[in-house]
Order: sequence, then structure tokens, then C-alpha cells
Amino acid sequence: MPEPILSLRKLEARYGDFQALYGVEMALNEGEVLAIIGANGAGKTTLLRSVSGLMSNAAAQVVYHGQPIGALRADEVAALGIALVPEGRQLFPSLSVEENLLIGGRLNRKGPWSLDAVFELFPVLKERRAFASTALSGGQQQRVAIGRALMSNPDLILFDEISLGLAPVIIKSIYEALPGIVGDGMSAIIVEQDVSKALSVSDRVYCLMEGRVSLEGRSRDISREAISRAYFGVE
Amino acid sequence: MDWVNAVVQGTLLGGLYALFAAGLSLIFGVMRLVNIAHGDLIVLGAYLGLTVVMATGLHPLLALVFVVPTMAAIGYVLQRGILNKTLGDDILPPLLVTFGLSVILQNLFLEGYTADPQKMNAGALETASVSVGGLSLGVLPLLTFGIAIFVIASLQFIFYRTPLGRSFRAVSDNQEIAQLMGLNKRHIFGLAMALALAVTAIAGILLGIRTSFDPTAGGARLIYGFEAVIIGGLGNLWGTLVGGVILGVAQTVGAKIDPGWQLLAGHIAFLVVLAIRPNGLFPRVSG
Amino acid sequence: MSDQPHEISRSSQAARVAAVLGALIIIILVAAPWWAGRADMRLMGELFLYLALASLWNLMAGYAGLVSVGQQAYVGFGGYMLFALTIFGGLHPVFAIAGAGVLGALIAIPVATLIFRLRGAYFAIGTWVIAEVFRLSFAQLSALGGGSGSSLPVGIVRSLASSRSGRESLSYWMALGAAVTAITVVYLMLRSRRGLALTAIRDNELAAGSLGIDIWRTKFVVYVVASGLTAMLGALIFLQKLRISPDAAFSVNDWTAFVIFIVVIGGIGTIEGPIIGTLIFFALRETLADLGTTYLIVLGVVAIVVMLKAPKGVWGFIVERYDIQLLPLRYRVNVKEHAKR
Repeated sequence: MPEPILSLRKLEARYGDFQALYGVEMALNEGEVLAIIGANGAGKTTLLRSVSGLMSNAAAQVVYHGQPIGALRADEVAALGIALVPEGRQLFPSLSVEENLLIGGRLNRKGPWSLDAVFELFPVLKERRAFASTALSGGQQQRVAIGRALMSNPDLILFDEISLGLAPVIIKSIYEALPGIVGDGMSAIIVEQDVSKALSVSDRVYCLMEGRVSLEGRSRDISREAISRAYFGVE
Repeated sequence: MDWVNAVVQGTLLGGLYALFAAGLSLIFGVMRLVNIAHGDLIVLGAYLGLTVVMATGLHPLLALVFVVPTMAAIGYVLQRGILNKTLGDDILPPLLVTFGLSVILQNLFLEGYTADPQKMNAGALETASVSVGGLSLGVLPLLTFGIAIFVIASLQFIFYRTPLGRSFRAVSDNQEIAQLMGLNKRHIFGLAMALALAVTAIAGILLGIRTSFDPTAGGARLIYGFEAVIIGGLGNLWGTLVGGVILGVAQTVGAKIDPGWQLLAGHIAFLVVLAIRPNGLFPRVSG
Repeated sequence: MSDQPHEISRSSQAARVAAVLGALIIIILVAAPWWAGRADMRLMGELFLYLALASLWNLMAGYAGLVSVGQQAYVGFGGYMLFALTIFGGLHPVFAIAGAGVLGALIAIPVATLIFRLRGAYFAIGTWVIAEVFRLSFAQLSALGGGSGSSLPVGIVRSLASSRSGRESLSYWMALGAAVTAITVVYLMLRSRRGLALTAIRDNELAAGSLGIDIWRTKFVVYVVASGLTAMLGALIFLQKLRISPDAAFSVNDWTAFVIFIVVIGGIGTIEGPIIGTLIFFALRETLADLGTTYLIVLGVVAIVVMLKAPKGVWGFIVERYDIQLLPLRYRVNVKEHAKR
């Protein structure tokens, strides 16, 4: 059994008095795509914030390539090769499309992704490279956000609700592009409310309920009943 | 002709005010910090220039070679050592800390240089003038205005055409997401303050050549810079130059009416703009 | 927890003790002319005036979020109004002080309408511009001495009380009265409906707005009241100084920097903070004043360190440590211990 690329060990997270995660245990192997599903408020986004360093935790609760990173700042985590595609896309409004991508690539990590490679993946962005990022449609903005994360050539990429607020046809095309993105040995965690989309692209799935892991299994083996039990907590 | 002269002199004076304002504007743009000690830092630039001139006998303008990097270094250390700790949702800490800094600086000047007004001697440059269309224009004010245009064009270039400027804008837009790009906001803020104080050094030296200054001269400089920023419109560097010019012209025209009205006329121009265009004349349309 | 008998009140044992002690202290202070020396009374008078200035600044900055570095505008304005109303209006100084307060509040109205357009820190510098405009304008008034200022005529000074010690006692009592008034006004304002609104605004401006609290109006009232009272204090201050000039009247160091340091060190956003801060400030001043500029540098450093390390000041530190409040504003829930059995 090879060493996992990322493991969460009894991860706890709180916002003031509100505890969002209770002792979450999770492991992600190299090249694996993990889906995290769960209802609103289950702690999915908090988990990604903890991994990416936007929330500070005890160092040993997040271990990446054998190194405790829970207490690192987000920019230090990014430098280690973890990229986040944040919920709601969160492009920089005063930067153009191209500048948004370039700033994603400012860490200069080696790898297959470059401005040209992103433009090849999403040709529409090349046409609109000089546009203000705010002038793009939601689907185009999501592509910029994904491209921006790829530009750093991460070893681990985190997707937070990438289908939120997008039309079904656009969600479909983005999910069609995903295997091409994570196929090169990159590991990924996909947080998604759309369970079938999440299962279709992932190797394994974790379900969170009220801050705890309520289900874990192989995406293709898992039954709908097990998921709805884990998702809603009903028998 | 006297009136034309007043307007032209005021315009040139506006260049100096724009230099006072540029650093203030830059800092606010990147980190929403309003630095009450900004005027005192301008005066610090002037005192450092004076010290270099006295120690080396260099021409004040050549002293820039020492003063600009020194001020930039002070800016970086100040930001990382103190000011970064004040940034957050609450506006009180940055305001009160920079206010305390202002009082500390003024009293350090008093200790180091006494309360006597000082001035840097720029030799023939101070009196040289050229005649244009019947107007006699001082070379120093012309040079100041030229430097102001150059500085603002450079800042504009850095902000919109370089990776550093991209980082400034990204951090300004969204600090959290910028961190995800591997940007250490503390470092970026340090660089922004370094750049702002480099500009402040230029402003301070030009101030010290043009007029005499004393330890308490900073407050008025902060106010002029602030007025230029608000008149021009927040976040617009070229607007800041226009704001400086409007302020300068108001002062020279006011002085023409009655010498006692010079400063008052500048403030009144600011209040009038605030009353009719509260967002300034050229507010940046935020994208 | 919820079925336990409990009472909700503002009062506490510490507050009741403080009220009794406070009344005693005030009585002793009122009697100062019979037990204190001339120099001590002068010092205490000055202390009370700073306490009053600090309480008002704290009301604006600590509760209404109006950080002004230009309250010297109203100190100077009040001082000049005292001179103008007594010399040209022929008013008795005591009425002139009241008049200065009313005029200060009146002029604060257009000023507020203008500078409330500036947000946050820019508002602060805007207040400074206003103070500069006031200073430069009064320097233009030759009737009041222009740039070099003027003195209060002897006749007017005499009208206050015929003997010197009588005048000194009177100005001492007026300063004491000003401090008590300022603290009372702040306290009552904070306990009123408007005070609740202020606390809500301070805690969350957006939420307060959505609750239907008119933020602009609330801040406006605070600004006008604080400025009017500050003008009264200015009149009192220059009634003691007997001489006024634009630079002294509109000094940013004397009337704003020191006041800010007092509030920051004592504890911003608490009623008790300015009291503690004033005591610390005067203690420092009396022991370090010989150091001249070094003293001011020390003061600046202390203020910065407090702001960074203990942003709630000395009083905030005490409250956190011992959970007491002397002038009760917060409600507290007291669960009756004996009922638990």
C-alpha cells in the first residue's frame, strides 16, 4: 500500500463557537479522484478550506506527502502544489482573463500546464483573453477558475461546487473536460452536491453529514440507498 | 496676465501635490490603509535628503539615489513590522497606530533636527527660469511637474503592466483568493509600502528644495495629498494629478486675491468638490 | 438551563459599590477648594477637562465609529465664541459658554452633512481639513486678533467673581461639572434607544441597517451632540487660559492627539476607559514631562503597543480579567444560585 498523497487525521474545524468538522479521517492516494458529497452545511467547503490553508488547523491534522501542513498559510500550501477552484469561481475582477490565468501560474511549478495548454483545453478563453473577467458568462468564468488553478501545475487540485449556478449543458461540458485534466496522475478532490455527477468522475466517495464522515466507498460499488442514508441520515 | 501667471504657477505646484498624493493613493488602492503619518514620512524624506546633502555635499537631487532606497526599505520594514498587524475589518487600529506614528516621527525630528526651519540648497536650479509666451516659469517647478508626470506614468505602468502590479490588484480584489495563488499578502503589502515610500522620498526632496520645512510640516502635506486624492477620485492616479493641479491653482489664485487666503482657498476648493461630486471628479469605475 | 430562575439586569454588585464610591468621590472633589492647594486645583481642573474631551471623543469613535482627528475644530471654535460673545455680545461668561455650545452644535450640522460623505479613515482626515478651515478662518478675523490672537479683557474676567480665589474655585467647579456632565450625557445616550442602535451599528453596520436602524441619522446626532459639548469645553478651556490664538485654539496635538492617546490607552468603546486613560495620561505627564519630546515619543509608543497588543486598553484588560463593569450598560443574566439546590 503506497503512502497516501493526502491524509486527514482527526480533522477538527470550528468557526467561533460553531464546530464544523468532528474528527474527520480521510486518505487520498496519488492519482486518485475523490468525491465529497453531503447536504448544505455538512462541512464540505470547510474541509477544502482546511486542506488549502484558508483555515488554520493543528499541523498534524492535515498531512501532505508525509508532511504536516495543517498550520501552514494558504500561500505556503499553494507553493507545495495544492490548488483550489473556489466555490463561486472568485475571479479577480480587476484582472483580465489572461491575467487571471497568469497569476495562477506565478508559482512557476514545472508541469504540463501553461497558458497555451489552458487555451487549448478551453479555446473560448483564448478568444476572450483580453476581456475583463467580469464580462464573461458564468460557464466561461468557471473555465477561467479551473484554468487558473491548473496554471500552477498542482499535484492535488480541489474543486468546490464547480457546477453551482451553471446551466446543465455547461455543467456537462465542464465535467466532460475533467478526465482530461486529472488524467495525468494529478490527484483531485471534488466537492459536489450533484451526486451522480460526482460519482461519474470519481474513484472513491466520502459522504459528510453534520461534520462527520457518514459513508465511504468505491464510487462504482456504492448503492443509491446507502448514499441517501448517509446523505440525509434517514433509515 | 497676472491671473494667467497664477494659474500656470498653481498648475506646476499641483505636480508637487500629486506627488504627495500618489503614495497615499497607492497604499489605499492595494490595502485600504489610510496612513495618517504619510505627511510626516514626506518630511522624513526631506530630512534624510538634508542629512545626505550635509554629509556628502551632493546636490539634493542626487541625494535621491540614497534617499529613495532608504525610504523604500523603511516602508517595507514598517509595513511588515507594524502596519500589517493593524489590517482587518476594523478601521480603528490602522488609523490610531499611524496617528501614533505621526506623533513619534514629529518628535524624533524635533530631537534630531531642532524646531528650526530647514531647507535644502539646490543652487542655481532654484532661481533658474525660462520665459514662455511672456510668462517666466521656474525651472524647478517645471522639473517637479515633469517628475510628477513621470512618477504617475511609472506607477500606472507598474500597476497595469507588470507581474508585481498584477499581484497588487489581485490582493486588492480578494486577499483570500490571492493567497491561494501563492501570494503572501504580507510581503505584497510590504512591497506596496516600499513603492509608496520611494515616491514619498521624491516628494520629500522636492518639497525640501522648494520651501523650508520643520518637524510639524507633515500634517499640512498629508492634507494636501488627501485633498488631491479625493478631488481626483479614489483609485485614479491620473485623476490624482488633476486633483493636485486643481488644489494648486486654487491656492495660487486665492493668494492672488489676498495672501491670507492661499491655504483657505485650497481647502474650500476641496469642500466644494466634496459637496457637488462626493466621489471626486474622475472616480474609477470599479470593474 | 432555561427553567432555572434567573433575572436579567444591568445592575451588579460592583456597579452598586461603584455608584456609592463615585458619589463619595464627587462630594470630596466638589469640596476641593477647602482642602486642595491652588496648583493641585489647577491640575485637577485640567484633568477634568481632558476627561470630558476624552469621553466625548470616545462616544464618537468607540461607539459611533466616527474617528475624528479634527475635534480641535470645536475646541477652538468654542474658545473663540466665548471671546466673541463676551467681548462683542456683552454676555456673562457662563452664558457665553452655553452659547458656545449651542453655536458649536449648529455649525456641526452643515459640517456633518459635508464630511459624512467621506467613509472610514477618509472621514478622519476630512475632520482635520475642517479644523484647518476653522483655524485659517479665525486667523483672518482681525476683530479677534487675527493670527496673533487676543486676551480676555479684565472686566470680563472680573465679572466671573471678584476675588482671584473665587474665580479659581468657580473654574474648578465648572471643569468638574463639565466632566460629570460629559460622562453622564455619554452614559444616558448609550442607555437610550439610540444607544442600543449605536451598539448594534458598532457590532454590525450591515445588520443594523437591515433592522431598520437609520445609521446616518444616529451617527449624525452623535456627531452634533459631541461637537456642541466639545465647543462648550473649548469655551471653558479658554476661559481658564484667558488668551486665545488660532494656533493654540486649533492645536491638533493638544486637543486631539492627547485625547486619542487617553482613550486608546484607557480603553476605547468603554465608559470607564477614558477615566482610567486620563489618570494614566496625567500620571505619565507629571512624571515624564521634563523629558520634553521624549515624553511624547513614549506616549506614542505606548499607544501603538496598546493598540496592537491590547486593543481594548487597560480597562478592557481589567474587564476581561475580572468581568466587572462599573457603569452598567450591558445586560447580564444572573442565575439564582440558591435555586439550583
